[in-house]
Amino acid sequence: MFCPMSPDTIARWQFGITTVYHFLFVPLTIALSVLTAGLQTAWVKTGKDAYLRLTKFFGKLFLINFAMGVVTGIVQEFQFGMNWSEYSRFVGDIFGAPLALEALIAFFLESTFLGLWIFGWDRLSKGVHLATIWLGAAGTFISSIFIIAANAWMQNPTGAWYNAEAGRAELTSLTQVILNPVFLTQWPHTIAASFVTAGAFMAAVAFYMLVKKNAEDAPEDDLVAYRKGVKLGAWVLIVAGACTVVSGDFLGKAMVTSQPTKMAAAEGLTAALDDPARVGIQVFPGFEVFPGFLNWLYGTDYIQTVPELEQQWADSGYLQWDRKANVPVAGTQLQQDFADELAKIDGLSPVNAIPDVTIAFWTFRLMIGIGCLAVLGGIFFLFMIRGKRIPSPSPILTAVAIAMPLLPLLANSSGWIFTEMGRQPWIVNGVLPTLQGLSPSVGIFNVAFSLIVYTLVYGLLAVVEVRLLLKYIKKGLPEAETVDVKDEAQPLSFAY
Amino acid sequence: MLNMLEIIVPAATPSIFQVIWLILVAVLWAGFFFFEGFDFGVGMLVPFLGKSDEQRRVMINALGPHWDGNEVWLLTAGGAMFAAFPAWYATLFSGLYLPLLLVLLGLILRGVAFEYRSKNEGKLWRTVFDWMIAVGSFLPPLVFGVGFANFVKGVPVVPCSAHASIDFAACETAFGDPLLVPRIFWEVFDAFTLVGGLLFVCLFVAHGSFFIALKTRGEIKDRAQKFGNILGIVAFILAAVFVVWANLVYFGAEATPGQLPLLGILAWITGALAVVGIGFAWFMNSKNRDGWAFIGTTLGTVLLTVMFFCFFYPGLGFANIVDGAATMDITTASSSQHTLVLMTIAAGVLVPIVLAYTAWSYFFVFRRRLSVENIPA
Repeated sequence: MFCPMSPDTIARWQFGITTVYHFLFVPLTIALSVLTAGLQTAWVKTGKDAYLRLTKFFGKLFLINFAMGVVTGIVQEFQFGMNWSEYSRFVGDIFGAPLALEALIAFFLESTFLGLWIFGWDRLSKGVHLATIWLGAAGTFISSIFIIAANAWMQNPTGAWYNAEAGRAELTSLTQVILNPVFLTQWPHTIAASFVTAGAFMAAVAFYMLVKKNAEDAPEDDLVAYRKGVKLGAWVLIVAGACTVVSGDFLGKAMVTSQPTKMAAAEGLTAALDDPARVGIQVFPGFEVFPGFLNWLYGTDYIQTVPELEQQWADSGYLQWDRKANVPVAGTQLQQDFADELAKIDGLSPVNAIPDVTIAFWTFRLMIGIGCLAVLGGIFFLFMIRGKRIPSPSPILTAVAIAMPLLPLLANSSGWIFTEMGRQPWIVNGVLPTLQGLSPSVGIFNVAFSLIVYTLVYGLLAVVEVRLLLKYIKKGLPEAETVDVKDEAQPLSFAY
Repeated sequence: MLNMLEIIVPAATPSIFQVIWLILVAVLWAGFFFFEGFDFGVGMLVPFLGKSDEQRRVMINALGPHWDGNEVWLLTAGGAMFAAFPAWYATLFSGLYLPLLLVLLGLILRGVAFEYRSKNEGKLWRTVFDWMIAVGSFLPPLVFGVGFANFVKGVPVVPCSAHASIDFAACETAFGDPLLVPRIFWEVFDAFTLVGGLLFVCLFVAHGSFFIALKTRGEIKDRAQKFGNILGIVAFILAAVFVVWANLVYFGAEATPGQLPLLGILAWITGALAVVGIGFAWFMNSKNRDGWAFIGTTLGTVLLTVMFFCFFYPGLGFANIVDGAATMDITTASSSQHTLVLMTIAAGVLVPIVLAYTAWSYFFVFRRRLSVENIPA
């Protein structure tokens, strides 16, 4: 079935490229908005210039990043209908609502109040102006709730049934969609990873500037402010790193029930096991450490190998496992309803229910490994500036400062590639095969052409964005201007 | 083969919630055309009206706090169509693929350009971003104008299995036999739809120049008013031609069955009032009354949207061209009652809140007029 130039392959690449690219900007938007709001709160509470200067410095970088998140986000909402029309038709009754509510609640909130924040320095009182950045940050948070709920539903379609008459999935319980165990763990995991991203960014930028400015004999005030930035960023990174690990553990446990194939592939369990209780962690294929670790993590009953799951799927058409009764079960209501329909479709069965093991195995390791490396980087920064120390510039420190903001981006991307590729061959896990979601009327020319356009435009924008970020980082902390409500004729405190 | 939504469900009487959601989708599109209309207009005018960098910056900063929020109306309209009428969203977005790609491209270019233009000094840098704003503001209204004119005529759809360019096997495995657009890109253009595209472009440019006249002081305001005098009359003529043409030729036509005579009357009334509103705007602009001029084009954009949606009942702007096959309409395309009820509650609470803080931003916080002396170095 696989063809390198079929519309479905190109549409998959398009979704992968545009989504991973979009998510380079999203985590910074989510968490840096909160950190900026925190800095501004510190300024309002203490009146210290250092906090105001940090607010404006990181606020500017936040906005350069935010613009990219906004424009690449529009593509995401349109893409479901453009490339995946039959998916949209099949799930719209459930999946459409979070997207609509995301726009109505979150996008309006963040766009309007960030607009007020950017241009409101001289138009609003201190307290109201502070409220605008918090409301903008709240918008980004609410947005993440809706979109992760939508994605978690694709991983584990709760709260829905199959309406055979209408030929589609329909909502039965909003509560069940929200109480989806995958959502309840995936959302904290994503948010924690966002704070890792923003913490690493803030720490690295401030560290780089601290070292640079110290060597240039900059005023003591600047150094004090940068030091605060390093400390805040590094501590956020470390604490968020711990939260990412804990929430990741819960997410793994939720997935091992709802998506056993994904976890079997992630752990590389490709052959029959001699003793499930003694299975350890494979660092790379065939090299195993910590015997018994998987048993400790998930329990022996949940340790299933890829061949076992393949057999189970062939025998029963079910992938999930009832631990007590020791039998395969249909999973959610929708999966149960649809199992018979799936079997009926000519040319569709048998679907090979196992994802690409190599991709799942390696992206899972890259996510964890690079994420941990980023946390170590945070500890390294704190160590380098312990006491009153400021290291002198060196190529190694510069390299670390450049690498640090990129590490979480790589880890995040790996995590998403794992999540989405690990769900294959399904677009809705255990229900709708990805191939079935494709737009039948969109020819190969259209998909290929749009992929080329997006790739070119996104590539160019990346160059512009990085250039601007570097420019504004090197410019350093802005002066702490007094902020007053001005009269009509005076210049705006901020202007495009 | 599975049961097919489109084939077994006859055109039924719509439920109250289906009607509410068609109206809400209309409200969201009207909001989009009103807010983003002047936004697009100002964007198109940037390289032409702004003679100096400062003047261009005055124009851009008049939009500064608002452009992103204005754009969210489109995202909300799209999301509402997805949630309330998934089959509409699926058929429309996959069927008008290249036009929507142009819209997306435009929105990407202008959004980035607004944010990045002033973050570098170079003349080349700023000129490039000015043109990105202009082109990015020109493409979407052109596409929407051509697109909405096509929906007035009824965009043809066929069941997947009767689609000439789809391998029948692809429909075999699809769930049901979805209605799809058989057209190729250039078939969306004809004289009527081009008038629609031109109308949107000119109306938004007029709307944008009245917005600039309302929001600025000094030379830039004068130039915007002069420009509005020309564009206002062009938009007025185009609107009159389009409204008469649409209502006379296409309402109740064979291609779009089931349209209600009552809505036909409403389409005439709202269309005529839209034309009057645009004429009023032009007149008030020539009398130096910029607030009234802006209200005129506001009425024009909103009422035109209402007129369009009178055409979209019950067929949602699509028409089946295969005899005996099912139709695409407000009942067959809609979500379940359960989803619609939940969404209605959410929209009822949230839309007023959004309107309240949007109004606060426009009328209270950023109410002052800008001029070149407000632009910092």
